[in-house]
Parts: sequence; C-alpha cells; structure tokens
Amino acid sequence: MNAPVDYLLHLADNAVVLGQRNAEWCGHGPILEEDIALANVSLDHIGQARLLYQLAATRLGGDATEDKLAYFRDETQFRNYTLLELPHNGPLVGYAVSDRDYATTIVRNFLYGALMVLVWDALEKSPDADLAAIAAKSLKEARYHLHHAADWVVRFGDGTEESHKRAQAAVDHLFGYTEEFWTSSAAEDAAVAAGAGVDVRSLRAAWDAIVNETLAEATLVRPQVRGYVPEGKHGRHSEHLGYLLGEMQGLARAHPGATW
Amino acid sequence: MYTQAMDIPDEPGKKLASVSTTVSDQEAAFEARIDADGRIEPQDWMPDAYRKTLVRQISQHAHSEIVGMLPEGNWISRAPSLKRKAILIAKVQDEGGHGLYLYSAAETLGTSRDQMLEGLHSGKAKYSSIFNYPTLNWADVGVIGWLVDGAAIMNQIPLCRCSYGPYSRAMIRVCKEESFHQRQGYEALLVMMQGTEAQKAMVQDAVNRLWWKCLAMFGPPDADSPHSAQGMRWGIKRISNDELRQKFIDATVPQAKVLGVTLPDPDLKWNEERQHHDYGQIDWQEFWNTVEGNGPCNKERLATRVKAHNDGQWVRDAALAYTRKQQQRAQKEAA
Repeated sequence: MNAPVDYLLHLADNAVVLGQRNAEWCGHGPILEEDIALANVSLDHIGQARLLYQLAATRLGGDATEDKLAYFRDETQFRNYTLLELPHNGPLVGYAVSDRDYATTIVRNFLYGALMVLVWDALEKSPDADLAAIAAKSLKEARYHLHHAADWVVRFGDGTEESHKRAQAAVDHLFGYTEEFWTSSAAEDAAVAAGAGVDVRSLRAAWDAIVNETLAEATLVRPQVRGYVPEGKHGRHSEHLGYLLGEMQGLARAHPGATW
Repeated sequence: MYTQAMDIPDEPGKKLASVSTTVSDQEAAFEARIDADGRIEPQDWMPDAYRKTLVRQISQHAHSEIVGMLPEGNWISRAPSLKRKAILIAKVQDEGGHGLYLYSAAETLGTSRDQMLEGLHSGKAKYSSIFNYPTLNWADVGVIGWLVDGAAIMNQIPLCRCSYGPYSRAMIRVCKEESFHQRQGYEALLVMMQGTEAQKAMVQDAVNRLWWKCLAMFGPPDADSPHSAQGMRWGIKRISNDELRQKFIDATVPQAKVLGVTLPDPDLKWNEERQHHDYGQIDWQEFWNTVEGNGPCNKERLATRVKAHNDGQWVRDAALAYTRKQQQRAQKEAA
C-alpha cells in the first residue's frame, strides 16, 4: 500500500526546512571547502523535498504541485521536526537574521543525519515503490551527510578548548529536540498501519548507538533530557519557523499563479 | 563567474612590473616557448614579472568567484520555486568550486591561499567590480547568468589558451560550467518574459541596471590600457578589451531581441560599414569609482567576506588541532 500524503509531507517538510537552513551558509562558510560541502548537503535536501512533494502532489491530484505544497502552506500546516527549523546560533535566540554558529549547524546535521540513514534504509524496503525509490536515492545522500557531520563533531569535540565548548553547547541545546523523533503522529501511525512507513521508535536503539559512539569519540557528553517535547510534526512549531517561511515563501506568494 | 579586464593593477597608479631586458638562456627558452604558443608549467623557469602578473590575475579571478557568491546567494532563501532554488544553490556552489581551482592554480606559482586571502581581506587585492552592485530583484539572478556570465565567457574562452598551463586547464573546466550557467540564466529569463507583466518588468529592470556594468567588465578602452600589450606578448591576454566588448555586444543584441527586452542604450545600432554594432559611452568615472572601493556594495561585500573568514577561524583551528592530536597519537603508537 502507498504511504499517506501526510507522511510524505512530513518527510518533505523536514527536507525543505533543513535545506533552507543549511543554504544560509552559502558564501559564508568557515572555509571554502566547507562552504561547498554545506551547499551540497542543502542541495541534496532540496532535491529530496522536490521528489517527495512531487509524489504527494501526484497523489493529491487536482491542481497540487510541488511548489504549491512548499510555498503556499502556512506554518501550522508544516510537519517538520522543530529541530530542523532552529536558527544556527544555538541557544542565543535569533530571529530572521542572526549570527551563525557552525557547531550548531553541524550537531543538528549529525543528529538528524543519524536518524535519516536509518529511516531511509527502512523506507528503501517499503512496498510503496515510489517512496522506496526516493528512499534509495536519499539513503546514499544521508550517509554522506552523516559522515560529513560526524567527522566534524569529532574534530570539534576533540579539537581546541573553544571548539569543544561550542560543540558541547550545541549538543546541550539541541539534544532535547530529538525527543520529538520518538513520539507518534497520526501521519506516521497511518503509514506504519499501511505497511508503507517505518515506526521510528523501532530505530531508537540503532540511533543511540550511532550517536553515543560519535559523542564518545568526540569526548562530548550526552545530556540528560527531560521536560518539554517539541511538536513540530503536529504543526506546533517554535517561534523560528514563521520567519524561515516568511523569507522562503514571500516572493512566490507575491506573484500567485506566476510560473518561474 | 569572472573578473574584469585582467590588467587592473591592485594598487591604483602603481605601474605593473616590466620585462627584464637581460636575456639569459632560461629567459630565451621561456621566450621561445611563448613564441611557439607552448605552455609554461609550474616547474619551468619564468620571469618574475610573468609570475607576479599571473598571481595577481589568477587571484583576482579567484576572489571574484568567491565575492561573486554573495550577490547571487542573496536570493537563495527567496527563490520563488524549488527548482530555481536548487539551480541557484548549485550555481553558487560552482562559483565556490571555481574559486577553489583558481586558488590552487595560483598556489602552483608559490603563493599560498592564506596570502591571497590576506590580500583580499586587507583591501589590497581587487575582484570584479560587477559584484559591487546590489541584486535587487529575482530577475537579477537570471540576468547575471545571461549577461555577467556571458561577458565572463567572452573573456575566459581565450584564457583556455593562456600560456600558463595550470591556469589554462582550470579555465577549460570553468568555461564549461559558465556556459551552462549562462544558458540556465537565459532560460529563466525566457520563462519570466512569457509570464506576468510584473515578471517582465523585473527582467527589464535588471537589464537596465546591469547592462552598462557588464560592458565595463571588459576593462578600459584599449587606448587607455597600456599594460595590455605585455599581457598579449606573454600569451596571458589574447584579445583586447575593446575587441571582446564588441564581440559581446554583437552576440547579445539578437539574444535580447528574442527575449523581448530593450538594451538601455539609445546609440546602440548596427553599423553596416563596420559590420558591428555601434554603442554609447560607458561611464568610466563610475567604473573607476567602484574599482577604487566606492561603489554601492564594496564595503558590504568585503566586510561580509572578512566576517565569514574571522568567524570561521575557530573551525579551522579545531581541524588543525585535531589533526595534530591524531598525528601525535599515531607517533606514540608507533614508538
């Protein structure tokens, strides 16, 4: 059976939001090679989002298109993890424009990358052949993203005093947001019930293993997490997504019906 | 993307070094290879002035690629469709890649990337002035592809035959990608010109702002460009500024017609006798003002590059510290 559209949108929104965030580094990276690498990671995410939105649009029928789904849905309709919409500047709150902290960017890519290698690996076997094909392509990309981010987590953790401090602060700031991975949502439950999706909770032990191993190598401490669990995938976001979408969607919305 | 005419000195008013008049055996061999249209390679002897000219030219070119990421990157977050966003990210990333090959080509001449970046960040080294103008509407992205990259290609194709091997080889790859960017830019504009009135107005506005700046990219008129002759002699520069500018105008006029935009020059018309288009006066004072650091975005562009470099210091330090630790661990294990 095919995965429900809401499930495709959850995966697509994750990809587009993180793609948008990572592209903010383009032209501003800490070294030219990283500028190029981050643009590449962003490009992969935008590519994944396009395929998923196209598939969702085909299944929705009518006048749905990838761009209508990306540009003409509001904040509360977005189903991405809250983790992915946060600005790059760590816990020092920043809104539309703010400084970027590369440790925050890298740790986020690491935590999400560690999840997505497992998610895409499972979805590659989905009986939903279209989704499985997207998963097969995305898995190769996610492996690279994880490799890239994990390498830098280790360099930061085991690099200089400053890089260690920044990496630990980013881990402390972001880790709580990963709790959202392990909660259920109607879209995920429906996808699992249809046999087309993956129960992310079943991936938790494997994710823990990847994360713990890298953090240990990086001499970073995994923080205790308690309390607030984000609900981005239910459409209840942080204060930051509105700014991200405002910037991303503004031009397209100023010219509804235009072709680009 | 590209740098303007290659004979802009980094320090205005300072004369470029001239060729030595003492002819040694090494120099004779060098001259003979240049005369035979051969390639000079990093290990070959070369006159100091040739080396310095190339370092200046290639590093200006590399800096232009890196600074050039900023005006286009300005539109990545707002690209009006996911397809255009992906195209733009890939394009800006390509410019970063060009910067990387070019810094590497210049490093073969014995100057490190850090030294070159120091030149850029201190304001001593030049980069293409075209990037000191703002990108004010989405069509600027398409027009940069069509006209700025188009002008770049005109300038760069001859550099694929440049006498310095690593530079000429880098340029072959750069030109292939630039030519792709130009077609992508033109295609984006074609779509907009078939769209709404607002879209068409954006394209015309972008052309109006960028046309004259693109013509200036070819550098000062030949009569005011005394250093070109030496570059020509060395096979570093192959075609004069005015010839390239004319070639660009002749190629662009029919493209503008197909697109349906007006090039903002009332004097632009076909001259049957010359078999070329005549065109109006370029505002060279405005060009030199911008080259000398007083254009609309010079300070922002440079400050942005300096900030990215300074903010990234801890990242580079961490990578070096980690590598050193790894080496020490490996040495301990071996001991």
